[in-house]
Amino acid sequence: MTDQFEPTIIGFTCNWCSYRAADMAGTARMKYSPNVRLIRLMCSGRLDPTFVFKAFAGGADAVLITGCHPGDCHYVEQNYKALRRYLLLKRVLAQMGIEPQRIKLLWASAAEGAIFAAEINKYVEEVRALGPLHWGKSGNGSKPIVPDEAKESRTEVPA
Amino acid sequence: MTANGNKPKFAMYWAASCGGCEIAVLNIHEKILDVDANFDVVFWPVAMDAKYKDVEAMEDGSILLTLFNGGIRNEENEHLAKLLRRKTKILVAFGSCACEGCIPGLANLCPVGEIVQTAFNTISTDNPHGIYPRTSYDVPEGELHIPKLAPILRPLDQVVDVDYYMPGCPPESHQIAAVVDLVIKVVRGEAELPPKGCVIGVGDSTVCDECPRARNVKSITEFKRIQDVAPVDPTLCLLEQGIPCNGPATRSGCNARCPNVGAQCIGCYGPAEGVLDYGARLISAFASVIDAKEPEEIERILDGIPDPVGQVYRFNLAGSLLKANMDAWRVKAG
Repeated sequence: MTDQFEPTIIGFTCNWCSYRAADMAGTARMKYSPNVRLIRLMCSGRLDPTFVFKAFAGGADAVLITGCHPGDCHYVEQNYKALRRYLLLKRVLAQMGIEPQRIKLLWASAAEGAIFAAEINKYVEEVRALGPLHWGKSGNGSKPIVPDEAKESRTEVPA
Repeated sequence: MTANGNKPKFAMYWAASCGGCEIAVLNIHEKILDVDANFDVVFWPVAMDAKYKDVEAMEDGSILLTLFNGGIRNEENEHLAKLLRRKTKILVAFGSCACEGCIPGLANLCPVGEIVQTAFNTISTDNPHGIYPRTSYDVPEGELHIPKLAPILRPLDQVVDVDYYMPGCPPESHQIAAVVDLVIKVVRGEAELPPKGCVIGVGDSTVCDECPRARNVKSITEFKRIQDVAPVDPTLCLLEQGIPCNGPATRSGCNARCPNVGAQCIGCYGPAEGVLDYGARLISAFASVIDAKEPEEIERILDGIPDPVGQVYRFNLAGSLLKANMDAWRVKAG
């Protein structure tokens, strides 16, 4: 056992491409980091941004969204919807102080088991380098602090 | 007081709020007389003189109905929330602040130190001696205290158990009147209370369902601020015109007041039934209607929403799954 930080990453896969890619990696006995917990959806277009917020609020260090390559969607173009949600979600998360690297979109076809495994390994190392997220729970917010002591510097804050 | 001895007791309190909820209650017009006729108003700081110690002296559970508006921003808010919870049978989170944080909840985007800085040390503030509030101060008469600020603002149900929720900024007067009528009927034994935890005084759908504007297939190539759209089509869905309208995620109950008069819904009635995270639902709704497939083009269209959190969580940040910006969370006690 080493003391290195093991990130928890929630990965969403689509039934038709990326889940098959993960399956292929498995049947081909390719090893990849166990840090990603895969959840199968029917389509990346099913990915409600609520799932991502819930993952972070529940203690995940990063979220990986995967789907079919553009143009390959089993449901014609729902993966484009996933792409648009991902891009807007990223902007919201940035305002919430979450590093943009903590969310990633990956396209993987059913034939790309090796690529899928390699990308997961790469991503786990990226998140490991970022460190834990430790999102606060409501209880943490209850500790009163003194406004006077909170002021560390007297820099100008735009009103 | 003795004349009112047998009437059920009513209280209303404001924590971190603007006072609009109190005005909305008074805005039920002559119905306010029914409140007076049926209830003994024991505590309502905005309308009558009462001391905290009077409430503390009351028997636990002796107040039938408390309408609690405002979020929990400081020690005093928290103390009153816990006190009124103890003394009250039916505690209603009244208005958007108590339900989900509302506008004061947007302060959860900054650490509390920054909030104090903004209030006391900005270019627009005349504070030449750098005076900041202190939680205790010695005066000849003794030591004075002001309540400490909490790191983040919390809706009422993150602090105490809440029986019912009544959203809105403020709740619509006709909805308040209906709830007042219901409670009076319950007191007389003519009606039953809804199950605990219900959202009351609302519709069961979204603002879009109450909105009279025509809806077609939406495909947006540009998001614009409403003042930049000229002229705004008075009969067509605002979102279809590229105006980010929060109707698709927002609970009905207001009769689509804003879209009816040509302004976009900003979401004050909170998440629609079954929506766990209001902002997530809006992200879905806005992203879905964008008519683009290339990332660069999508990004260009998204630039039309310059403040995404302010747009999708305007009333809901403190009540959302993430609740606050990471920096606000990480401020430790002083």
